[in-house]
Amino acid sequence: MWKDLLLEHRSKETLNALFFFALLLLFVFQFTLGPDRERLAGALPGLLWLGFILSGLLGLGRAFVVERENDCWEALLLAPGDKSAIYVGKLAGNLLLMFIVEAMLLVLFGVFFNLDLVPALPALVVVIGLGTVGFAAIGTLFAAMTTQVRARELLFPVLLLPVQVPVLLATVKATEAVLLGEPLGAVGHWLGLLAAADTIYLTVGVLTFDAILEA
Amino acid sequence: MTSRERALGWLAGLGLTAGLVMAFGVAPREATQGNVQRIMYLHVPAILVAYLAFGVVLVASVIYLWGRAAGADRLAHASAEVGVVFTGINIATGAIWGKPTWGTWWTWDARLTSVSIMFVVYLGYLLLRAMIEDRERAARFAAVLGIVAALDIPLVHFSVYWWRTLHQPPTLLRPGSPPMDPTFVLALMVNLVAFALLYGYFTAKRVRLLRQEEEEVFA
Repeated sequence: MWKDLLLEHRSKETLNALFFFALLLLFVFQFTLGPDRERLAGALPGLLWLGFILSGLLGLGRAFVVERENDCWEALLLAPGDKSAIYVGKLAGNLLLMFIVEAMLLVLFGVFFNLDLVPALPALVVVIGLGTVGFAAIGTLFAAMTTQVRARELLFPVLLLPVQVPVLLATVKATEAVLLGEPLGAVGHWLGLLAAADTIYLTVGVLTFDAILEA
Repeated sequence: MTSRERALGWLAGLGLTAGLVMAFGVAPREATQGNVQRIMYLHVPAILVAYLAFGVVLVASVIYLWGRAAGADRLAHASAEVGVVFTGINIATGAIWGKPTWGTWWTWDARLTSVSIMFVVYLGYLLLRAMIEDRERAARFAAVLGIVAALDIPLVHFSVYWWRTLHQPPTLLRPGSPPMDPTFVLALMVNLVAFALLYGYFTAKRVRLLRQEEEEVFA
């Protein structure tokens, strides 16, 4: 089932489009919030995660579209063995995609808003990593669901966003603290919450994915 | 209408009447807030029963995924609907209560936020159901969402709680004896039982309606 990952590698089209989208997002932030650097700096953790989430929504929403468009859905359904392997494979692909986009966004933010992110980078990586796993774990599950439903572009964010509130709050708060130069220990409770969320989401995903992929 | 359902309905009606009497007649006027405080007898039972309803959704969803009993799916569906209504009642009464006491209809306080998130999540649950024509598929997807949503509630609660809160801390669900006059507690309990009965009545009715709808479709 790690073939899935390979397939994701191949589809560079998603990645290219997402990169372009991330760049445009920065423009939009700049235009809508004005050139006031102080204000932008204050809103930065929120903006950063807005960028991650919007591009994540687009990226994850497409996770199962390839199968649908190419009529490979039946093949997925008929695949022998444990369906949760498909989930893990898809999740790994999505995680990779999101991490790449996030890295690009970080660099872009650093350049355009003239920030020095390097000192906070190790802590930032931990926070973003934990947050992204939680986001992608549920995102992959819901994407598999909504791909088979009408109005899926609409339903996917409508279902995903409210469920992701704890992850969002925790990551934004932790990112804020880390960017201010605080050590990871200062945001231990948020990291604990993220770890708990990741564990719960992953467990539910692995256990219930079977029910979504049924014929 | 089955006789058991009717009995439940009468019991709920009786309980609500008793609750009204308790809330307006027996319970004394609260010293600082005055009569406004009486809205608590509607506000608190509504949310506690909504939590009960979403707990039922979780259990019924797990049972459905386990054995694929159509009854469990109908129960989850009905329970989610009633739970959303009760959460709505809680939010509406909370706003009405908040205006005179806090001076605002709405504030992004921890518990207001977490309840409203729960409200939106379960609205999404009902939306997902409405969007899928195939009954069996709707049942499967909704069951998965029902499980995710219920497990998400504690996460939402803690994440939101770590913002400072304006709300008074929970009065009933905390260790030690409630810091309220016993008459208040009694009135609250009567209303709580009444709301639980009402929940049972509504849910039973919805389950029966859903079953009849399905039979009509397949007939």
